[in-house]
Formats: sequence, structure tokens, C-alpha cells
Amino acid sequence: MLTVLVISALYFIAGQRVARALRSNNAGKLHSLPHYHGVWAAVTSALPALFVLLTILIGKDLLFQFWARDYFPEDVMNGDTVDRAIALAKVSNVINGISFGEVEPWVQAAGDAWIRWDANAIVVANSLVLAVSLVGGLLGYRRINLAFRSRNYVERILTWMLIGSSLVAILTTIGIVLSVLFESIRFFKLIPPQDFLFGLEWNPQFEGAERAGSGGGTATYGMVPMFVGTFLISAIALTVAIPIGLFSAIYLAEYATPRIRGIVKPLLEILAGVPTVVYGFFAALTVAPFVKSVGESMGLEVASESALAAGLVMGVMIIPFISSLSDDVINAVPQSLRDAAYGLGSTRSEAVRQVVLPAALPGIVAAVILAVSRAVGETMIVVMAAGLAANLSFNPLDAVTTVTSQIVTILVGDQEFESAKTLSAFALALMLIITTLALNYFALQIVKKYREQYD
Amino acid sequence: MTDRTYQRLDPQQAAERVKASINLRKRKETRFLWLGKTAVAIALGFLVLLFAGILSKGIPGLFQYYVTLDVRLDARQLDPSGQMTVESLAGGDFDGAILTSLYEALGNPEGRKEKREARRLISSGSSQRLMNYVLDNPEQLESMVSIQFAVDDDVDTFLRGLISRETPEADRRISDQLIGYIDALEAEGRISYEISDYLFFGSASRDAEMAGIRGALVGSILTLLVCIVIAFPLGVATAVYLEEMAPKNRLTEIIEININNLAAVPSVVFGIMGLAIFIVAFGMPRSIPLVGGIVLALMTLPTIIISSRAAIRAVPPSIRDAALGVGASKMQTIMHHVLPLAMPGMLTGTIIGMAQALGETAPLLMIGMVAFIVDVPGGVTDPGTVLPVQIFMWADFAERMFVQKTSAAIIVLLAFLISMNAAAILLRKKLERRW
Repeated sequence: MLTVLVISALYFIAGQRVARALRSNNAGKLHSLPHYHGVWAAVTSALPALFVLLTILIGKDLLFQFWARDYFPEDVMNGDTVDRAIALAKVSNVINGISFGEVEPWVQAAGDAWIRWDANAIVVANSLVLAVSLVGGLLGYRRINLAFRSRNYVERILTWMLIGSSLVAILTTIGIVLSVLFESIRFFKLIPPQDFLFGLEWNPQFEGAERAGSGGGTATYGMVPMFVGTFLISAIALTVAIPIGLFSAIYLAEYATPRIRGIVKPLLEILAGVPTVVYGFFAALTVAPFVKSVGESMGLEVASESALAAGLVMGVMIIPFISSLSDDVINAVPQSLRDAAYGLGSTRSEAVRQVVLPAALPGIVAAVILAVSRAVGETMIVVMAAGLAANLSFNPLDAVTTVTSQIVTILVGDQEFESAKTLSAFALALMLIITTLALNYFALQIVKKYREQYD
Repeated sequence: MTDRTYQRLDPQQAAERVKASINLRKRKETRFLWLGKTAVAIALGFLVLLFAGILSKGIPGLFQYYVTLDVRLDARQLDPSGQMTVESLAGGDFDGAILTSLYEALGNPEGRKEKREARRLISSGSSQRLMNYVLDNPEQLESMVSIQFAVDDDVDTFLRGLISRETPEADRRISDQLIGYIDALEAEGRISYEISDYLFFGSASRDAEMAGIRGALVGSILTLLVCIVIAFPLGVATAVYLEEMAPKNRLTEIIEININNLAAVPSVVFGIMGLAIFIVAFGMPRSIPLVGGIVLALMTLPTIIISSRAAIRAVPPSIRDAALGVGASKMQTIMHHVLPLAMPGMLTGTIIGMAQALGETAPLLMIGMVAFIVDVPGGVTDPGTVLPVQIFMWADFAERMFVQKTSAAIIVLLAFLISMNAAAILLRKKLERRW
């Protein structure tokens, strides 16, 4: 790779040189500036070479996996995909020099062959890439002459690179959707969707326990308790955040002097910048015991990981979302509306309540919906401060669990990818994505529908 | 419009009515203002509470108790084969040397039980510490040196006054005998309270007194490096394309919708994608900063793209027109004029995105960065962990001293975040241009 870069740098210098020489020797006019010719030569040498290199790097393992099958015994080849995957893993252990006990002879043979292929592949790759970069550069270099429009070519390549990077966003989305969707489909093959969507009980078990029939109850995968828990905690968070956030926004937008605004606004935004793991630590260590002791002094039974504690802290976290979004919306209400209200003799608060807020309402609702989607997707606070027991409960003093905290609990650590328990996390993630995207879509629609009413 | 008939008031009556309602309206006005002020005060109160809680626990966490012991560095005992290498020192009896001097400082206790209690006083990492000292100062062999050793985490907790002497002996983690030893050492002035060197130079450890954040800090830096190398060029390129060159067609629209959707996806979902694609499908190893950085880069990409687009949009069209007017191509205009002018805004957005990535925990849990890793990662493909994940893991440990260590780690993390954000604000102030 480094060699390729060096070669392309050399071609850059050569291309630029020859173009300069052309310009100074000849009476004719060079179409493009010399350094474009240099870049052209460099690009023609580097791009195809890097492409070849990448193809070899990615392709070689696939090819070797295919070849390695010749070494597999009959029963592995006739088995299902899992058997083959295990066989491959054994071979790769041999390659990496990790051995667990006795190695079967065919595995050893396959591993040795693989190492041999690998050594050959490096030689082939090196020489091929080198050759491609030299030849490619030479071809590009030979094309340089007075009339050659290297700038146009270079710019076209650049444009394609820009388009390529914009496509990363699409690729990421596709990646997310595919990874979640495939595993969810596999999950729904094991567990019927209606059981998952409407089941009232969540009790995942490892596949191994089921297979062995060692009891421990049957696994049930009903997502209702978790969504109830999620929305319970979000609701608590919103009851904290909406009044505080909204009144802060009104105060900052309508009453505060620029000086106070300049101090308070960044301070509020610090709340949004604090990492969620810090909030989680704070919730688990300070707020939860406090809620418990207050509740017990009032004679209430409070779980030590109550939904209330997690919800309160989450509410603090989303205050800045609501306040800064509503602040923007309130500021966007035209001054003429306020002036008209004042002109009719209303006080400031009357103007705010009866004119500004109704005008800003769609934006405020959108802000609240965005805050909900934020709360639903929030992970660390609930992992650290909410419980894991999937109680179907609307009581804020009970321990409840949420979608995100279940995902984390299931997927942290080692997991076997065939078990319904692991796959259930992907199905939960699918539901989570659908929920948050739907919320965002609604927020967007509300804003779109009412936006230009006052312009 | 309505059938309501209005009562006609003469001016006198109207004035009286207004006068009567004015007080009420004024009171309402004051109440409303106070509601707003209270809301701001409550929000700021939460902020103060949060920081006070963390600082009050975390600042003591930056310090820990040490006991100073006079150790005789006996070459035959410590380095039996006499080569002064790590291997030869591994054969030396450092524990013995430390314990001898510890017993000496305690007035040579007799009996197994007493000695056992005395051994509980110092950290189990003391022999390692002495070994490092000898490696660094080989010329001091055969002499008497006084070295500070960390005390055990239970002893540390006791010295902070978090374990009460009044608690019955069976209920507390340290015995009366041990308390007697501690008092004796304290009376001799051997116990000191100093800035914890383990916190900054130690790595993950199950023993609270030796646990440090160095590994996590290095892991965080490596992860952020990967993240910025991927996210910055991609984000800027995307922003340039969408703002300057993209035709108004379906593809552009899809890209824009995609970016907005990505910004709304919960971070834990990015972790799931990383797990399914990079680890399961591509077979990359778990818990390496490379995968973590890629996942975080994809997560911060929308932030960077959106702020970069805003920065490009802020460059006035007259600049572009001027460049195009003197014969520059579209690409030259962008590269030579638009990008340099938009760079401060882009950098600010990138720093904010990086701060977001630095504090992110959930996606990294998904790709297995919770592994218990003692070694400091040396490169992006070495297993490692990051600061927020370290905080998450420590928060789960039961030992009391970990609470302080966790808070101290949080202080370090917040210090990084605040300085990054401050840098972003300064950069914006300094380079911002009004057109």
C-alpha cells in the first residue's frame, strides 16, 4: 500500500514536470494547469492498484474457504451450514496457531494448505498491485500532451468520490436495516410474530436449556412488558422535562435579558452534553436510594431500582432538548404578532399564552415528540438505574425494564447466534427503530404541515 | 358571526372594569414570570446537583492513602540471579522484603493471626511497585529506601472515615487488630494522603486501590482517532456534494432523508449493526478500537454532515460567483474558496461530534468493549476499552472505593468533554466571519 502511494507520488511529480516542460517549450497553450496533469498521472497509478489490492484482500479468504472444502470429510460436507462453520473455525484456529487438544488430521492439512496459499497470495498480490500501479501510471502519463484535458478528468473522478462518500449514509441505513431485519426474520420463524407483539410475558431462556429439556420453564417472548416499561419511564421523564423545559424556553425567549440568556442557555446545554453513562451512575448511586428512602418514609414500598428514579434522571437529560427546540420555535414566531397583542393592551404573559404559544404549538409538539423518541432510545440510564425484571406494571415505584436495557443485557458478552434469546434482541431492536422513526416522522409532518402559516 | 348581544358600557363603567381587572392581571403576570424563573432555577439546580454529587465523590477519588515503608533492597533476595532483567527479578522475593519492613514498622507482631492481619494492610500490587522501583533505580540496591505503597482498598475506605469504628467488628470489613495497626502507623506519620498515581497510570484491576484509567484513556484516544479519520473526510465530502453539486433528483432526496433518519436512530442500534456486520459477518475481533471507531464514525456522521452543510451554506454566493467569474471550474471554486471559508464551521461540528462519540457507551457495549482488559492497547487492533465503558464497569463493582474511582474517572471524562466543547466555541469565535 505504501509502495503504491510512493509510486503515485512519483508519477505526480513526473506528470507535473512534463506538463511544465510542455508549457515552457511550446508556443501552444496547455489546456490544464500542470499540477492537474500530475494528479492525473498519480490517480491513474494509484486508483486501479488500490482497487486490485482491496479485491485481493477481501476475495482471498472467500476463495480459500472454497478451496478448503476439498479437505473437509464427507460428513461435514453433508451436514448443514453450522457444521461447515465449525469446520472453518477449526481450520482458522490451526492457522492462528491456537490449538485445543488433539487436532484432526484433515484440519491440520487444511490449515497447512491455507497458510501456504496465504504466503503465495501475498507474493501474487504484491507483484500484481505493483505492476498495475506502474502500468496504470504509465498509461496515464503517456496521455499527457498540450490538448489533454486532465482537469476535466480529475474533476470527474473527484465528483465520483464525493458521490461515493454520500452513499455511505445510504449504505449505513441499509446495513442497519438488513442486519436487524434478517435476524428478526429468523426470530419470527422460531417465535410467531403475534406472540412477540402481543405477548404479556417476557421470559427468555437459552436455547441450550430448552434443547436439553432441563426444565426451567418454557421461554416466552412477549414484548408488551418492555414497551410498557419504556413508555412508563419516558412518561415520567416527560412530566419532569416538559414543564421545566417549556417554561425555561418561554422565560429565555420572552423575558430574559440578552446577558442572562447568554449565560443560562449554554449552561442548560451542558446538561445535554453530559454523557449518559454519567447520568446512569448518578441515577443508580444518588437518585435511586433517595427516591427509595423518601418513599419509605411515606410508607410506600419502593423497589430499589424504581422506574421513578430512572425517569427523573432521564427527564433532566431531555430538559435541554425541549427547552432549546421550543426556544427556537418561540423565537420564530413573528414579532408582529406580539406587537399586535401588546397594541390591544395585553400584558406580556397574556401575549405569550394567547398569541405566541398557540402560534408556536406545532413546533413545541414536534419538540416533545423528538424528546420522546430520544427517551425511548436512551440506553445507559435505564441499563444502570432501571431493573431487569420484566414486570408488566404501570406503578412508577416498581422496577420495570425497557427495550434498550434488554437489548444490552442480551447482547453483551458471548452469545450463540442460533438461540431465540439472542435473536430476540434483534427483533426488539427492529421494534425500537420502527418506533423512533415513526415518532420522528410524525414530528416532521407536524412541523411541515403548520410551518408557513404566519409568513 | 354570533348571536351574542353585547352590553353597551359607558366609558365610566368600562374604565372601572379595566381598573378592577388590572390588579388581577398584574398578579397573573408576576406569577407567570416566576414560573419561568423557577423552571430555569430548577434546571440549573439539577446541573449543580449533578456536578456537586460527582465532584464531591470524585475529587477524593483523585487521591488515595499511601503508607511509607523503609525497605532494604537486598540484592540477593530481590534478584537471585543478578541480571537485573524483568525475568530475573520475577524470581525475587519482593513480597518478603516488603512484609519484613511492614512487620518492622508495626513493632514485629508475633503469631500467625497478627501477621495475617498486618498483611491485609497493604495493597496486593505492592510487590509489583517495588519491582518497578528497583528496575528504575538499580543503583539503590543494597541500600535502605523509603517507598510509598498504596494501602488496601478496605483500609483506604476506613481512613476516609466511611467505615465507622463503632460498627461491631463482625459487621465491618476490617478487624480491630488491623485498626490498631493503622492507628500505630498513623501515629508514626507513615500514612499519607496523596494524588493517586494508580488512577492515571494504572490499568483495569479488580483491586480498587490499583485500578486506573490509563488503558481506557488510551483506548478512547485510539477509538476517537479511527472515528475522526473516517468521519471527517466522509462527512465533509458528503456535505460538499449535497450542498454544491447534487442535482435535485431522487437519489439526492433519498440521501438527505437517510441522513436525517440516521440522526434519529438510537445509538444502541448502531452497536447492533456493528455487531451483526463487522463482528459476525466480517469476522473482525471483538472489543478492538478499530471496530469501535468505525461504529462511532457512522453514528457521528450525520452530526458532521449537518453542521458542515450549514457551514457551506453560510459562505456567501458572491464568493462563488467571483471565482467562477475569473474562470475557475466548479471544483476549483469549491476546493480553493468555499472549503477554506467553511472550514471553521466544519471543524466546530466535527469537534462536537467527537465529543458526542467520546461520551458514547451503548454501541461500544454491543461490540464487546466491556471485556476486562489489563493491558494498555498498543494499536487500533489490540483489544481495549474506553473511558465511558470503564465507568460503566466500575459502577457495577461492589467495593466502596470503586465509587470514588468511578467518580474520579467521570471527572476526567467531563474534563475532556468540556475542553473539547470549549475548543469548539473558541474556534468558532476566533475564525467566525460575518458577511
